[in-house]
Amino acid sequence: MAYSDKVLDHYNNPRNVGSFDKSDPNVGTGMVGAPECGDVMKLQVKVNPATGVIEDAKFKTFGCGSAIASSSLATEWLRGKTVDEALAIKNTDIVNELSLPPVKIHCSVLAEDAIKAAIDDYKKKTEKVETSVQAQA
Amino acid sequence: MKLPIYMDNHATTPVDPRVFKAMLPYFTDTFGNAASRNHSFGWVAEDAVEKARKQVADLIGANNKEIVFTSGATESNNLALKGVAEMYAEKGNHIITAATEHKAILDTCKRLEKEGIKVTYLPVETNGLVDLNKLRAAMTDKTILVSIMYANNEIGVLQPVAEISKIAKERGALFHTDATQAVGKVPVDVTKDGIDIASISAHKMYGPKGVGALYVRRRNPRVQVTAQMDGGGHERGMRSGTLNVPGIVGLGEACALAKAEMPEESKRMAYLRDKLKDRLLASLDEVYINGTMEHRLPNNLNISFAFVEGESLLMGINEIAVSSGSACTSATLEPSYVLKALGAGDDLAHSSIRFGLGRFNTEEEVDYVSAKVIDVVKKLRELSPLYEMHKEGVDLTKVQWTAH
Repeated sequence: MAYSDKVLDHYNNPRNVGSFDKSDPNVGTGMVGAPECGDVMKLQVKVNPATGVIEDAKFKTFGCGSAIASSSLATEWLRGKTVDEALAIKNTDIVNELSLPPVKIHCSVLAEDAIKAAIDDYKKKTEKVETSVQAQA
Repeated sequence: MKLPIYMDNHATTPVDPRVFKAMLPYFTDTFGNAASRNHSFGWVAEDAVEKARKQVADLIGANNKEIVFTSGATESNNLALKGVAEMYAEKGNHIITAATEHKAILDTCKRLEKEGIKVTYLPVETNGLVDLNKLRAAMTDKTILVSIMYANNEIGVLQPVAEISKIAKERGALFHTDATQAVGKVPVDVTKDGIDIASISAHKMYGPKGVGALYVRRRNPRVQVTAQMDGGGHERGMRSGTLNVPGIVGLGEACALAKAEMPEESKRMAYLRDKLKDRLLASLDEVYINGTMEHRLPNNLNISFAFVEGESLLMGINEIAVSSGSACTSATLEPSYVLKALGAGDDLAHSSIRFGLGRFNTEEEVDYVSAKVIDVVKKLRELSPLYEMHKEGVDLTKVQWTAH
């Protein structure tokens, strides 16, 4: 199978590889997929609690070149977006940007799921903090 | 050294220039139909076919009358299984094979099941070999055929064919072996190995594509298969169709070369394969060899690099032609059923690479390939959340994954 230039570029020069401290209250972590399915994505966002803007994003992916490219691209897109804007990213946007063939669409779906899972995790953390603050009051 | 490097010799091999040279006259100058009995064009073609028949027979210790030319191993496997099922229908309706066979066997068995044949698919042990006790237990009075491959196309393990044959014969069943990957690589002897029927392909041993043979024993016992292709009654009625004379000449020449060069070549293959294996194992942790090293083709290495997905690894070593058991590289989007049958887990199937060394690979190429694979595996592990978790001491089997 021939890969698009953009997939090759992300594969050869993946952006924002790495990990944040999962326990940081401003960090949301999403881990989706399963090893026996052949792909696992870990995507993390670091949110500025005052503005709700994603200041940084990192990923690590076990999967094919298209899965690596989808998650790498996702971290690029996440940086600078608000949490709500991030939730508007659709897998079809990733498919179009990377020219993914039909058999690789599931990679983009996984990336969208990872974004949602990371933001969900962040939101749960902030809710908990708020609840505990209320409880103390 | 030239790039790309071809190291996928279980998929196919290049035609040896000596084989190519032997074939050439039969396309243009001596183009006769081997079945033309009344002029010299036909006689010359027939002589060439009979010479090739002897060359094939000699390589496997057979008589030349026991060789039936076909279009390749898939046809040979179809002819063997369907031909026996039909010919011996009165004797029984049960066939035993193994879960790790090639699709040409498994799908033929599935077809036969629809027609009322009972098929037992033996599991294999974690080393890839059939458990002889399980085979013994599966045999019934209705078993007409045991079909177990000589060497596996993915993991290269060599089944104990002589012992399998003994068990089949104790119960009066015939023994067929898909010897596609073995013939020309390891010594195959139809007498010592107790083989009744064997499938052979030219393009896995430096011959051309589109030609193969079926060995069909003539004595002790006399084996018969019902033809699956009707027509002019070629090949003693077992396979009609004008003979592919240039292809058959190529197959014969490939067999003659294999017979002459196997002792040297198999040593060289094993040396290069072991060098590749030792380098990878020395530089990388969490690397698993699939299938036993003890009973294996000298040119095969099938290895899983844990925490790295196979297709992404192939992408990183794109100037090296190898194959992977990863789902992403298969047409069915399922990971290799052969590796799954070993019970190693789907994750290791996704992470597997098959190296198939061949006659034209050099030591310099092996050095390049090992260095490149090590480099790319390390790079991809830096990207892998699984490797990170492994390093943190997380037991990946205990994690709740979100399967999709």
